[in-house]
Amino acid sequence: MLSRKASCNSHGQDSYYFLGWEEYKKNPYDEVKNSSGIIQMGLAENQLSLDLVESWLERNPEATEFTNGGTTFRDIALFQDYHGLPAFKNALAGFMSRIRENKVSFDPDKLVLTAGTTSANEILMFCLAEPGDAFLVPTPYYPGFDRDLKWRTGVEIIPIHRSSSNGFKITESAMEEAFDHAQNQLNRTVKGLLITNPSNPLGTTMTRHELSQIIHFANAKNVHVISDEIYSGTVFDSPSFVSIVDLALQHENSHNGDDLSSRIHMVYSLSKDLGLPGFRAGAIYSNNEAVVSAATKMSSFGLVSSQTQHLLSSMLSDEKFVQKYLSENRTRIKTRKQMLVSGLKDLGIECLNSNAGLFCWVNMRKFLKSNTFEAEMELWRRLIYEVGWNVSPGSSFHCVEPGWFRMCFANMDERTLAVAMRRIGQKEI
Amino acid sequence: MHKNCRVFFTDFLGRLFNTIFIMDRVQGCISEVLARALKLAVGATIQLNPSNRSRGPEDYYQTRSVLNFHEPSLTLTAQVKPNAFVWITQLPLLLLSTTISCSFPANSSFVFVHLSCYFISYRVKNPTSLFSLKTMGYVSSNTKPLLSRKATNEGHAENCPYFDGWKAYDKNPFHPSQNPDGVIQMGLAEHQLCFDLVQEWLVSNPEASICTKEGVDKFRDIALFQDYHGLPAFRNAVAKFMGRVRGDKVKFDPDRIVMSGGATGAHEMITFCLADPGDAFLVPTPYYAGFDRDLCWRTEARLLPVVCHSSNNFKVTRKALEEAYAKAVEANISVKGLLLTNPSNPLGTILDRDTLREAMSFINEKNIHLICDEIYAATVFRQPDFISIAEIIEEDQEYNRNLVHIIYSLSKDMGFPGFRVGIVYSYNDAVVECGRKMSSFGLVSSQTQYLIASMLSDDQFIGKFLLESAGRLATRHNDFTDGLRQVGIKCLNGNAGLFLWMDLRGLLIDSTVEAETALWQMIINDVKLNVSPGSSFHCSEPGWFRVCIANMNEETTKVALARIREFVLRNGNKPNRKEKCGQSDLRLRLSFRRIDDVLRSPCIMSPHSPIPQSPLVRTRT
Repeated sequence: MLSRKASCNSHGQDSYYFLGWEEYKKNPYDEVKNSSGIIQMGLAENQLSLDLVESWLERNPEATEFTNGGTTFRDIALFQDYHGLPAFKNALAGFMSRIRENKVSFDPDKLVLTAGTTSANEILMFCLAEPGDAFLVPTPYYPGFDRDLKWRTGVEIIPIHRSSSNGFKITESAMEEAFDHAQNQLNRTVKGLLITNPSNPLGTTMTRHELSQIIHFANAKNVHVISDEIYSGTVFDSPSFVSIVDLALQHENSHNGDDLSSRIHMVYSLSKDLGLPGFRAGAIYSNNEAVVSAATKMSSFGLVSSQTQHLLSSMLSDEKFVQKYLSENRTRIKTRKQMLVSGLKDLGIECLNSNAGLFCWVNMRKFLKSNTFEAEMELWRRLIYEVGWNVSPGSSFHCVEPGWFRMCFANMDERTLAVAMRRIGQKEI
Repeated sequence: MHKNCRVFFTDFLGRLFNTIFIMDRVQGCISEVLARALKLAVGATIQLNPSNRSRGPEDYYQTRSVLNFHEPSLTLTAQVKPNAFVWITQLPLLLLSTTISCSFPANSSFVFVHLSCYFISYRVKNPTSLFSLKTMGYVSSNTKPLLSRKATNEGHAENCPYFDGWKAYDKNPFHPSQNPDGVIQMGLAEHQLCFDLVQEWLVSNPEASICTKEGVDKFRDIALFQDYHGLPAFRNAVAKFMGRVRGDKVKFDPDRIVMSGGATGAHEMITFCLADPGDAFLVPTPYYAGFDRDLCWRTEARLLPVVCHSSNNFKVTRKALEEAYAKAVEANISVKGLLLTNPSNPLGTILDRDTLREAMSFINEKNIHLICDEIYAATVFRQPDFISIAEIIEEDQEYNRNLVHIIYSLSKDMGFPGFRVGIVYSYNDAVVECGRKMSSFGLVSSQTQYLIASMLSDDQFIGKFLLESAGRLATRHNDFTDGLRQVGIKCLNGNAGLFLWMDLRGLLIDSTVEAETALWQMIINDVKLNVSPGSSFHCSEPGWFRVCIANMNEETTKVALARIREFVLRNGNKPNRKEKCGQSDLRLRLSFRRIDDVLRSPCIMSPHSPIPQSPLVRTRT
């Protein structure tokens, strides 16, 4: 009676990534009430700097006040233009530039507002690919992509495999291999490549070299590149963040005639950088007019609440606040990450060298009984049930090497992280 | 675009850069005959492949009627000899509903793509569409279009007069003092009559906002909240509100409340849950112009009209339902459900108990779904009382409730379209479960959920709001219908909604959509009222217009009425040409129209309309 989409499994929510959350919900850690409960380390939330946002709100009551004047609430409640509040788009474009140290400027007219990146990614798939077409995605990648990119669009994801041997860098041969596999063995039309930069779950930024290779590849194959940059504000260490949007423009200027930038699209959101996932403020940025126009129309299916746009436009237009927030946030993430890394190091556990993100990519291969995903699952079960850690296993990120785990560190306070570190020290694993 | 290949587009008269091509006009759809002719003439092999269906070309031609309906996913692939001509007929149908992709051999130096049509009334010279075909990878060197069909087709249905009127308004908006001669916006179904009440409530409840001093301690939890089940308080409050709006005759279970991005997102979500590409929903005409986008664009489902008539006040009869269903069966289309809008937009009427029961037994008999769009439930301003489908299934346990799904929103009843609160309430567990997962694509901002939860849980406020709202709508409705009656204009007798369904059939030169369009343009340009013509709601009878009345203040209402009065008096002396038409002639036209209604694309275009430039800035009205 229902559609195939409703009855199929490709929403991807049966993955261990989400199963861990279910387990956490049954037995959540609380310092006082449930000190032996599971500590949630599977949620890439940024709670480190929300106090800055709160105090801004207290200082700026007029920013959101509907209680004076009498017209504001009415105007906002009625506002349903899918182009978004101009003030919000201007502020968001400014914020995005600020994250890139004002080296790149963004045109607010090329921004499309969406209800979170979940919907931004899906809209881009609807705009760029037919059902059955393929997108190449480097592994390990965010498990939600299986839902966001594939479920309702009928698009296929073809993995580009990356491995620890070169620090999970993307290589030309891996891209070619994936392309060839899709085109010749699976008989799929490859419409593009989706990268997450900075990477979730690796916590690394892509190098200029990697990005140039991707540009070269996209040019040669005449395919799109989607760059998911929702963690761009979390880059806390060198090398500094380079966006493919910027690089593509440089490339285009030096290679006259290439229409590369019309095939580069960026996805952004305030869920990670500002720590406001509940507000569903996502965006697509594209130099391709046709994409902007179609995506804007599609955004009707999931717009950002005008109330939220109104609040965020005042917050993000406060230059001083934004500057302070960004630098303070980076410092706090860096400190917190070092706390986790050194805690693990004391126990002889290594992490991938990272400079961004709200998580570490932890190497636990030495605890595996064998080099298999079964062994990884067994270890994961022990971590969740015995140690009381909900961490996410590499397999849920489609990592090809067993034994890697993503550990989030920014969704808890320092004391909880300390408890988590103590626990692993006390357990035999 | 192939670098060595020039592609020329011609319009329906065959004009191509001042060159005239004379084309045979092919009636109906692209026929096998035409395909053969093309093969003989230029060696073209034409394949028509509705995607997602494993139907071969022959098969396709045999089921010609498939093309009679809105076909969202037709790809036409033409592989032609160098320097060939390609004729594509039925352009409007194709353009509005499909993307055409052609591949050409590398040694072509030029290719003519002839775009032809047979209904002059369609907008055939649609520069945007042509432009988009050219620039959006219509032809590319490696035969791989750059963007998807969805991104390049007209499935968003924005290029229709319903939205054209808004542009006229946007260019020259009325203002009582600054622009008293401007266009008055009467095409926007907004509820602006009760904001003073909401404002008052906000002042006395500052803690409802997480951004005030009183509410900021909740900020952290709310800002981080992204569970797609929604805030429990929000779901409880919405469920309670839904019951309240329906006179507390039925209870709604908060666990069945699924959030989505406005009613737009809710309609798409339920379609994704129920229908596969190519499946269809029956929908009584006239219906909300946005349904073509909401239910069809990205899902590739389609809508089949159930034709309703003014002779019985647009009642949805069993006979009409059965006819539409039979037609679909004949065309080999799988019907997945029936979509009812109750109260109706654009009619402003509610469905009576018999109609609802008839619809229930119809869908039970056919074992198809019923989607009930009840977003105007609280706008019922006088007797008879609103009857929700929820009430019908409570009364009669025989009905299979697994087939019933309600769409709700706060955009109309509370007047908060900007907040994008859309709800799917399904009695089917599997739909609830699947819908929740899909709601990730359009969650309601947690900030908004929190505010709404507090507001809707305030029983006293809600009681007062609903009472006041109905009273004010009734007054506005009376003022308007009285004013129109004085100049001899009748409206359909309605008791709900934020609009009137105005009967201007007497002012038409003849009973055609062209005449309606001409009259509509006169109303926009001379009378300076942006009303929406019936054709944009797929109405089967020309001459009806939807007039929104709740998005303006009293002063503007008076100006609008005065303008209508003046217009009617000015035009009242003209002979009513409609009566001059011979009866048989009129009938012929009407029956022709009805076929046409099925044949035509989402909207009928006016050949005089200005170039469309994304006029739909609002997602839903």
